[in-house]
Amino acid sequence: MGIIQASKLVFEYIRRDEEGNAEGVTRAVDHVDLDVRQGEFVAILGHNGSGKSTLAKHINAILYPTEGTVLVDGKDTKDEAYVWEIRQKAGMVFQNPDNQIIGQVVEEDVGFGPENMGVPTKEIWERVEESLRAVGMYEFRKHSPNKLSGGQKQRVSIAGVIAMHPKCIILDEPTAMLDPNGRKEVIRAVRALNQVENVTILLITHYMEEVIYADRVLVMDQGRVEMQGTPREVFSRVERLKQLRLDVPQVTMLAHELKKKGVPLPDGILTTQELTEAILRISDI
Amino acid sequence: MAIILDHVSHIYEKDTQMAAFALKDVCLTIPDGQFIGLIGHTGSGKSTLVQHLNGLLAPTGGHIYFNGRDIHDDGFDKKELRSKVGLVFQYPEHQLFEVDVFTDVCFGPKNLGLSQKEIQLRAFDALRQVGFPEEYFYQSPFDLSGGQKRRVAIAGVLAMKPEVLVLDEPTAGLDPKGRDEILDRIAALKAETGITVVLVSHSMEDIARYVDRIIVMNRGSVLFDDVPKEVFGHYRELEAVGLAAPQVTYIMQALREKGMSVRTDVTTLEEAEREIMRSLGGEWG
Repeated sequence: MGIIQASKLVFEYIRRDEEGNAEGVTRAVDHVDLDVRQGEFVAILGHNGSGKSTLAKHINAILYPTEGTVLVDGKDTKDEAYVWEIRQKAGMVFQNPDNQIIGQVVEEDVGFGPENMGVPTKEIWERVEESLRAVGMYEFRKHSPNKLSGGQKQRVSIAGVIAMHPKCIILDEPTAMLDPNGRKEVIRAVRALNQVENVTILLITHYMEEVIYADRVLVMDQGRVEMQGTPREVFSRVERLKQLRLDVPQVTMLAHELKKKGVPLPDGILTTQELTEAILRISDI
Repeated sequence: MAIILDHVSHIYEKDTQMAAFALKDVCLTIPDGQFIGLIGHTGSGKSTLVQHLNGLLAPTGGHIYFNGRDIHDDGFDKKELRSKVGLVFQYPEHQLFEVDVFTDVCFGPKNLGLSQKEIQLRAFDALRQVGFPEEYFYQSPFDLSGGQKRRVAIAGVLAMKPEVLVLDEPTAGLDPKGRDEILDRIAALKAETGITVVLVSHSMEDIARYVDRIIVMNRGSVLFDDVPKEVFGHYRELEAVGLAAPQVTYIMQALREKGMSVRTDVTTLEEAEREIMRSLGGEWG
């Protein structure tokens, strides 16, 4: 059984005008079925307003389904008795690192979660150490978070989630505010958690290059899952993605354009290396 | 007509133990009509630099001249400067506040003491320039999508009729289509009006596609200041300071290393496509 199971998930909210009168109902998530197995790396793409963040917020019980069910590790998110357990199992990392860090010192910040869970002090420190090591921030444990770069802060946020020993981490555009290096650091940390610790990853992003490492990509549109498959399958459909206000990595786009000009290249090229090799195969060298 | 920075330094919390150099001896000329990309990792001094351009921050050393006059001289009209050098902050939609879109865009010119007719004309013009649909002029700005809100915020600055438009990561958090739409609009605006644009961005692909000059900041100093081809030619140095070149530059480098006769000073998709087609020659070229 999957770690996350959503079936016929619908989420609606009431739109209100300035005076608070109901204007109508918006369906932000529309009959989504999702089954994520333990250890899977799933990326979610979709334009602004496509429902991906709303979907993500159901997985750690910030929002509850209007219709349908969401099970996290077999527990129904609607059942209030399980809320804390679910939030510990499915941790969430948001876009702005400055809104997520509360401690004056990095290691205190990371210890906040397990402390709230009532973990014994000795174990808290063990967890803090292992979490900071997992994201490569151990040497900064005594630093003040506000002196760190964006990428470093975001890795501290991730460590704070890991310290709660979740089975699953949901990251909602964790790299949107970061510079290229910060983006790389965060994605590297996420992949390491996935591959080494077998943590399930749900990554929401607008950066197409970050998606190529995922086991599976979901594309959302109007609250529905419009497309899904491996990164190669999804990025083979360049024109359809463009219609959905999305894009493909620049390498994939270049291969696509060359192919349109008649150069015989395979579909869904994802990396510089793949494209270089494919071009060299057909050139005279 | 230009902005000149003459040996500008800025020290935060000067004369305290916390004193830190944010800008160090920066010399730059920003002439009329250029499209400039400003890049650098988080904390490199980009935002501090940008806030000096319209006098929000005063240098702790050196001088800044706007159209030949020192902006920190007694009697220099800072209010006029701020209408001539328009600054669009990160996530500018957080600054929207009026009851409807049109009134919000009118706020800037209203403060310039213009006639009602002139104010409305400017607001109308500015909204047209950012491609904002007329049927939503009298909607609450809070009901708009992320991309539309951002257009309204940019229009609010354009309504001041600036000679220089500075945009601090105008596409952060937007989906790929929203990103392209905003940047295409800005490029069109620059072509139509000859306005000077300074674009701060973490996307090397976007920078390469739009600008004619790149300024690279590192540790408060200017590391490179040249046309994109030259700057991205230093990709190893850029990586060392947390940046990178566009993906296509790496593809060309890789092809060249494997013995294909392609130029490596390629920075955009179109150029890469042309160059690879030319090199493949024969059957497909």
